[in-house]
Amino acid sequence: MKKNQFTFINLCWLVLIVFIYFLINILISLGVLNAVYQTVLVTVMINIILAISLNMIIGITGQFSLGHAGFMAIGAYSAGVALKLFSQSTGFYMGIALGMFFSGIMALIVAIPTLRLKGDYLAIATLGFGEIIRIIIQNMKVTNGAAGLVLTKVADWKIVFVFLIISILIILFFSNSAIGRACISVREDEIASETMGINTTKYKIMAFVVGAVIASIAGALYAGSFYVIKPDMFSFNKSIDILVIVVFGGMGSFTGSILSAIIIGIINTALQSFAGIRTIAYGIILVMIMIFRPKGLLGSYEFKLSKFLKGKEENQ
Amino acid sequence: MLKINDLNVHYGVIHALKGISIEVNEGEIVSLIGANGAGKTTLLHAISGLIKSSSGNIVFNGEDITKKSARDIVILGLTQVPEGRRIFSGMSVEENLLMGAFLRKDKAEIQKDLENVYSKFPRLKERLKQQAQTLSGGEQQMLAMGRALMAKPKILLLDEPSMGLSPLLVKEIFNIIQEINRQGTTILLVEQNAKMALAIANRAYVIETGNIVLSGSGKELADSEEVKKAYLGG
Repeated sequence: MKKNQFTFINLCWLVLIVFIYFLINILISLGVLNAVYQTVLVTVMINIILAISLNMIIGITGQFSLGHAGFMAIGAYSAGVALKLFSQSTGFYMGIALGMFFSGIMALIVAIPTLRLKGDYLAIATLGFGEIIRIIIQNMKVTNGAAGLVLTKVADWKIVFVFLIISILIILFFSNSAIGRACISVREDEIASETMGINTTKYKIMAFVVGAVIASIAGALYAGSFYVIKPDMFSFNKSIDILVIVVFGGMGSFTGSILSAIIIGIINTALQSFAGIRTIAYGIILVMIMIFRPKGLLGSYEFKLSKFLKGKEENQ
Repeated sequence: MLKINDLNVHYGVIHALKGISIEVNEGEIVSLIGANGAGKTTLLHAISGLIKSSSGNIVFNGEDITKKSARDIVILGLTQVPEGRRIFSGMSVEENLLMGAFLRKDKAEIQKDLENVYSKFPRLKERLKQQAQTLSGGEQQMLAMGRALMAKPKILLLDEPSMGLSPLLVKEIFNIIQEINRQGTTILLVEQNAKMALAIANRAYVIETGNIVLSGSGKELADSEEVKKAYLGG
């Protein structure tokens, strides 16, 4: 019974994903989604990947990282350099794989010493690390320094969409496994976790590395979608942008991150024509939302299709 | 069963435990009483492998666990209920209990132990799906104990189970501790509530600024003038 229900819900999600895919397809062929909106769409999807991967580190495991843009940069430049060296799509996919590998290694190197730190100290250490990556990239020959790389576009929205779904699946699989439960227990109480025999350092590192690897995918997709990558795109500000999406959606809620990435994408697009007051309005909207929903849009709750389908009777 | 020889622990320059030696035999309830800052919690953390000792050794069931990781120590059958309960407040009661069995793979046995915990703490069963943070203080203490029992410990280390509870609840908690002990789990109890702790203990130690200053049977210590004066209020 329970198993049947489980697969039924998964089927519903699958139908929903396919539906969204075809909906976007139809909207594009009808000309409703023009080139500008397609750019917004790709940006939103990349932001979703970044937000859910950061949410796994901050929301699920409770480790405050401010270096996420650094891992994104590793992914972007791996794809960028691979695109320059090899033929179009082979280079791109090789770049994604390389980026995942490098950011995984870098995350491990950063995680082992810094995850002993807590709260603010960890935030400062990861912030510094993100900047170090950016400055290294800025001073390397192969990355063309501060001028950045000019690339051909190889990823259309469909490729980004597929990677978005893959990233979501990896993260859901991770956080719903025993590893994910251990990570949540680390967030809830480290000492209690240790008395239960949970190796807290190990799970913190695992979440950090998986989050970094997924962020590098987002970076690679960015490189494949937007023609130009420059080191200053991956500065501290980018890490904050991702953090805003996570906090806004609710720490620990993946559906919250998805929703908030979409809403922030829409807000940004809507405000584009008011360049002067854009940042002000954006700030005010965020402040308002944090006043009225201090735990973010969804708090730590997940939107569940099962509850939605069963209607109100099950909702207490 | 558990034997600690000349254990020293330092926090930086502070010498927190100064050559502590205690022993817990199988089936016993051993209480460790002492004032704030005497080193009770430090000792339990050192036994559980949460902090490193600078010298001395800890032998559990004939095996030296001084250098072992917290994880290995839990696997060997030594679990701690930490001070202040430290439940996973964002998880449900049931999830909390299952976290206690995190290192175990035997699903059928886990289910059996879950039933066993429910029979000891019927109130937890009523609140299975409830978020742990919504429980009262006493229920949270029960949850913390139930969670530790889910690891199937041979010896249970309890750190201040009476903290912040009403006298009635303290009584209930201590009854449950005795029941757990009767069912075959050895208990090492750390308490500030010296009266209760000595009443249920087979043997007890008094710890003062990192040293064991007195030891004896629970009754002996409860009758001793020094203990009466310092811990039992006359």
